Amino acid sequence: MRIARNPIFVSLIGIVVVALVGGIIFPQVFSINYLMQQLQLASFLGIAATGAMLVILIGCIDLSLPWVLTAAAIISSAFSGRGVLISVGVGLLVGLAAGLANGLGAAILRIPSIIWSLAVNFIFLGICVFITGGFMPQGHPTAIIKTIGIGRTLGIPNIVLFWCVLAFYIIMTLSRTRFGRFIYAVGSNERVSFLSGIRTRGIIVTIFVMSGICNALTGIMLSGYSNQAFQAMGDPYLIPAIAAVVIGGTSISGGSGSYVGTIIGVIFITYLSSLLSVLQVPEAGRQIFFGFVIIAMTISYSRRKEER
Amino acid sequence: MATINTSTRSSWLRYFLRRNYRAIIAFGILIMLFVAFLIIYPVRFSDNFFSAWANQGAGLAFTAVGQTLVVLTSGIDLSIGSIFALSNCLASVFLNGDLFHVFLAFILILCAGICCGLVNGIVISYTQIQPIILTIATGAIYYGIALFIRPVTGGSVNEALSDALTYSVFHIPTSLILILATLVLFWVLMKPTRLYIGIYAIGSSEKSAFMSGVRVRQAKIAAYMFSGLFASLGGLFLSLQTLTGDATIGMSYMLNSVAATVIGGTALSGGIGGIFGSVVGSYLLRTLKSIMFFAGIAPMAQPLFEGIVLMCALSIGSIRLLGMKSKIDIFR
Repeated sequence: MRIARNPIFVSLIGIVVVALVGGIIFPQVFSINYLMQQLQLASFLGIAATGAMLVILIGCIDLSLPWVLTAAAIISSAFSGRGVLISVGVGLLVGLAAGLANGLGAAILRIPSIIWSLAVNFIFLGICVFITGGFMPQGHPTAIIKTIGIGRTLGIPNIVLFWCVLAFYIIMTLSRTRFGRFIYAVGSNERVSFLSGIRTRGIIVTIFVMSGICNALTGIMLSGYSNQAFQAMGDPYLIPAIAAVVIGGTSISGGSGSYVGTIIGVIFITYLSSLLSVLQVPEAGRQIFFGFVIIAMTISYSRRKEER
Repeated sequence: MATINTSTRSSWLRYFLRRNYRAIIAFGILIMLFVAFLIIYPVRFSDNFFSAWANQGAGLAFTAVGQTLVVLTSGIDLSIGSIFALSNCLASVFLNGDLFHVFLAFILILCAGICCGLVNGIVISYTQIQPIILTIATGAIYYGIALFIRPVTGGSVNEALSDALTYSVFHIPTSLILILATLVLFWVLMKPTRLYIGIYAIGSSEKSAFMSGVRVRQAKIAAYMFSGLFASLGGLFLSLQTLTGDATIGMSYMLNSVAATVIGGTALSGGIGGIFGSVVGSYLLRTLKSIMFFAGIAPMAQPLFEGIVLMCALSIGSIRLLGMKSKIDIFR
């Protein structure tokens, strides 16, 4: 029965169930084109979930995702006239700034990240409102960003390839480097890590910066995908990103979890939400359904703990 | 803690100050801000001005009290905004008609809030699931239900009731009387009970509380249930102010309720603080917002300023880091 409590296994079963239910209602679900489309959508969530997962691994949480993503997209497309390097660079700077703000609050000021990152989120909302005046932002992303966001190479969406590279990097970092070990150590017990000579505050700030950059990247790529940046474009990503991480088996209290699980969680969430939209479930029903799925899956994993 | 037992008045006072100094500082700042607001405000002080000021913070104050009870157990209720929005939407549908119907609607809405809180509390205390994740998930569910009831902003609320509860009696705003009466009643009834002490005990150390015979599950369920109840009271009051229902207001109330709790002197790690501080915290936040409005800051810059103020308020708690003797104490 142990395998039935393995998050990756449960999520895989979830994917199969969703695919089967979808396939019975709409046979075209199994076409290569549909699969590629779903993977393309999953990649954006995947990049956002990467940041969310890293932060959750060290026992914090980054709720500044929605407006950091939006601010990066808006500011990056505002600078698109000056070439792709500056445009992307400025967008990533937004992510860096957000990450530094989050990291310094969590690591130096020791304010719980759950509330501090919400305040950072609010600051970036303020910045977006301030620079756009609350209106539709001007400017379109550069051609190269559009190519990455929506273009395809040999039939595979470029953004999927981008996510694959990022995933490879993260998996290697987490499992093969000292830094990766330190992340798990800080997440399990920060005090012990500190006493073992790990510079825990540096690790925390670095992780938040990585998360900020992931959020900014998602925003920039999304603006390439939809050919523009718009207000509140990040709102639909926060809860799915955290849900994907948790459904993928990463412990919300930090210190354990695998990136493969997050990938599977992201694909499951994307598949599920596309099935719901194919079935024309209204927004209200979707929210309710998502809530139940998160609760059901996390409860099924957490029973593992009692057995030990 | 030995000073508690000595019964001289000065030691009692010292103990009181030590337990509540954060809330007292917040109260001092609130009074200063209120005076500043009076100076900036273009019209002379009047009953209307006073009750408008009191109404502005009332919805948040109720919600923050609910949040505080959960934070005291070292949990957090991120679904509190959704419960708030849900009761706002329910009020915009049912809080209408004659006195009997209004009364029924009132009970219905409070029951809905209690049920939402009970679900949170029961699942958290009977499973291993973390409060953050569970309340994010149930928050999505409650938001979904609110959206189902009110897909777009609208509806109406009994205006006579609204008038009765949002003006003032004997120069004192009705909303302020309502809040204080509710809280004093709640405090007098709950303070001596094992349940209320249990809520504090869990926040200090759940293991020790359990071993000392505190009914941990019962206290947790109660905290989340009261959180739901106070959130729905807040939602009800907002409906009386705006006379409409809006499913999307929850997010800002959720954030502000946590901020007000922290500003009012409750530690997010649990066990320290109290409900009255959170009322002060809520009014402090709302007064600041009004001051910014009247001080002539450009409307488009206001959210940014609000965010900066929020961050500064949250950083105040970090001063305690300076007083730590050992560097190791900084780390959890």
